[in-house]
Amino acid sequence: MKFNSVNLAAWGFVAPALSVIAMFFAVPVLAGLALSLTDFDIYALASWRNLRWVGLDNYWHVLQMPLFWKALGNTVYFVALGVPLSIGLSLGCAVLMQSKLARFKPLVRTALFAPVVTTLVAVAVIWRYLFHVKYGLVNYALLSVGVDPVDWLGDPTWSMPTIILFAVWKNFGGNMIIFIAALQAIPEDLYEAASLDNAGPLAQLRYITLPSLAPTLLMVSILTTAGYFQLFAEPYVMTQGGPLQSTVSVLYLMYDEGFKWWNLGVASSVAFMLFLIIVGVSKTLQWAMARVGRQP
Amino acid sequence: MKRPALLPTIGLNAVLGLAALLATFPLLWMLSVSLMPTGAASTYPPPLLPREITLEHYQQLLTQGGIGRAFLNSFGLALAVTFLSTLTNTLAGYAFAKLRFWGRDRIFDGLIAALVIPGQVAMLPLFLMLKNMGLVNTWWGVLVPGLAGIFGIFLVRQYARSIPSELIEAARMDGAGEFRIFFLIILPVLKPVLVTLAVFAFLGSWNDFMWPLIVLTDGEMQTLPVALSSLSREHVQDSELMMAGAVITITPVLLLFLALQRYYMQGLLMGSVKQ
Repeated sequence: MKFNSVNLAAWGFVAPALSVIAMFFAVPVLAGLALSLTDFDIYALASWRNLRWVGLDNYWHVLQMPLFWKALGNTVYFVALGVPLSIGLSLGCAVLMQSKLARFKPLVRTALFAPVVTTLVAVAVIWRYLFHVKYGLVNYALLSVGVDPVDWLGDPTWSMPTIILFAVWKNFGGNMIIFIAALQAIPEDLYEAASLDNAGPLAQLRYITLPSLAPTLLMVSILTTAGYFQLFAEPYVMTQGGPLQSTVSVLYLMYDEGFKWWNLGVASSVAFMLFLIIVGVSKTLQWAMARVGRQP
Repeated sequence: MKRPALLPTIGLNAVLGLAALLATFPLLWMLSVSLMPTGAASTYPPPLLPREITLEHYQQLLTQGGIGRAFLNSFGLALAVTFLSTLTNTLAGYAFAKLRFWGRDRIFDGLIAALVIPGQVAMLPLFLMLKNMGLVNTWWGVLVPGLAGIFGIFLVRQYARSIPSELIEAARMDGAGEFRIFFLIILPVLKPVLVTLAVFAFLGSWNDFMWPLIVLTDGEMQTLPVALSSLSREHVQDSELMMAGAVITITPVLLLFLALQRYYMQGLLMGSVKQ
C-alpha cells in the first residue's frame, strides 16, 4: 500500500517533464523520420491530401544534390580544423592555468571563459566588423606587419577559416574548465615520483598528464565534434552561406530547404543524414581512441 | 631557489595574460565602438577608443529600432522558461534519483541514450505540429520545447543521489506526503543545483537563435538575437549602432554569469562526467 502511493507520486513527479519530452521531442523525431519518406512540400502544407509516400527518394535526391556535397564538405572542413584547434587551445590554457606559477587565476579563468556565455549572434556581429576588409582591426594589425589586406568574409578561401577562428574563440573556454577539473584530479604524487626520476616537464606531460586525461579527452572530443557538426548560426549571421556557398553548412542547407523553400520532406532527410553522420563519427572516434589506448 | 623560477613565471603569465586579452578584446572593443558617434568607427586607421562619448545609438535602438521591444520579449521568455523548466526538471530528476517506480531505470537509460539526437532532427515536424495546434507565432510556440530537458533532469539526478534516504524515510514516518516532502525538505537541499539549472536555462533561452527564428515570424514578437540579426542585415554599414545592439544583447547574460559563475561552472563539470 505504502509502496503503491510512492509509486503513484513518483509518476506524478516525472509526468510533466516526460510528457514535454515525449510530445515535443520524441514524437517529432519519429515524425521527422516519417516526414523524410514523404514528398512534403509547400502544396502539402496547404492540404495534406497532396502528400505522397516516396520511400527513400528524398535521400537519393539529396545525395545527388551538388549543394549537399558542398555543404557536407564545408561542414567537415569546419569540424576537421575547428575541433582540434578548439580542444588544443582549451588543453593548452588548462595546463598553463594549472601551473603553480600562474597568477590571478580566477580573473584569467573568467576572462578566458567569458566568450562562452555570450550571445552567438551578437558576437558574430562584432567579428564581422573586426574582420571588415576596410575598417577592421585585423587587417589594420596585419598591415602594420606588412601583410596585404584580406577580404576575410568576402573571399571564399578565407570565409570558412574566419568562421573557424570565431568558433574556436567562442567555445574553447568551456572545454578548458572541464580540462582544469580533470587536471586537478590527477594525484600530485605521480608528478613527485616523476621528478625524483628526473623526468622533465615535457616528459611529465607526455607520460602522466596526457594518459590521465585520456577519458576526458575522448568525451570532450565527441561532444565538441557533435556540436561542431551542427554549424548554423555563425554562417547565417556572418556570411549568409556565401561567398560562392563556401560557408553553407549541412544544417544551413536543411534550414533553407525546410523553411525557405518549404521542402520539408527533403529537409528532414538532410537532418537524418546529419544525425547518422554524427553518430558514425562519434563511434569512430570512440573506436580509434580505444585502439590507441590499448597500445603500450 | 626563487630566482631561476622568475623567467618561466614571467613567460607563463605573459602567455596567459595575452590569451585573456585576446578572449576579452572583442567584447571591450564592442563597448568602445558602441559609444562612438556615427561614422567614427568607419575611418582608417580604426580607432580604439572613442574621441567623444555618445549614447545616441542606445537611445535610437531602445526608442525606435524595435530592440527595446525585443529585449522585453527575450527577458520575459527567458524568465518563463527558467521558472518552468527548473520546476519540471527538478521534480523529475529527484524522482529518478530517490523514488522507486515501475520502469524507472529503463526510462532513464532511454533518456540518456536520446541525448545523442540533435534537436534539429525534431525541428521540422515540431514546426508542423505547432502549426496545426495554432501555436506558431505565439509565446507558447517558442517556450514548449524548452519546458523540460534531459540534461537538466540528469544534473538534478546526479545531485539528488547524495541526499540521505533516511531523511526522506523519517519524513514519511511522520506521515508527510511525497509532494510535501519534496517542497519542504528536498527543495532546500537542492538549492545549489537549482541555481545551476536556472542559470543554464536562462542563458540557453536568451542565447537561442534558430528556434525563435523559425517560430516567431512576426516582427513585434522577435527575440533579441533574431532582431539583432535582421537589424545587422539592414544596417551593414552602421557599425556603431550594431555594436550598441550587441552590448544590449550580451550585457544581461554576462552579468548573470559573473554573478553566478560558481554555479555555472559546477553545472558544466557535473555534465561532463556523464560517460
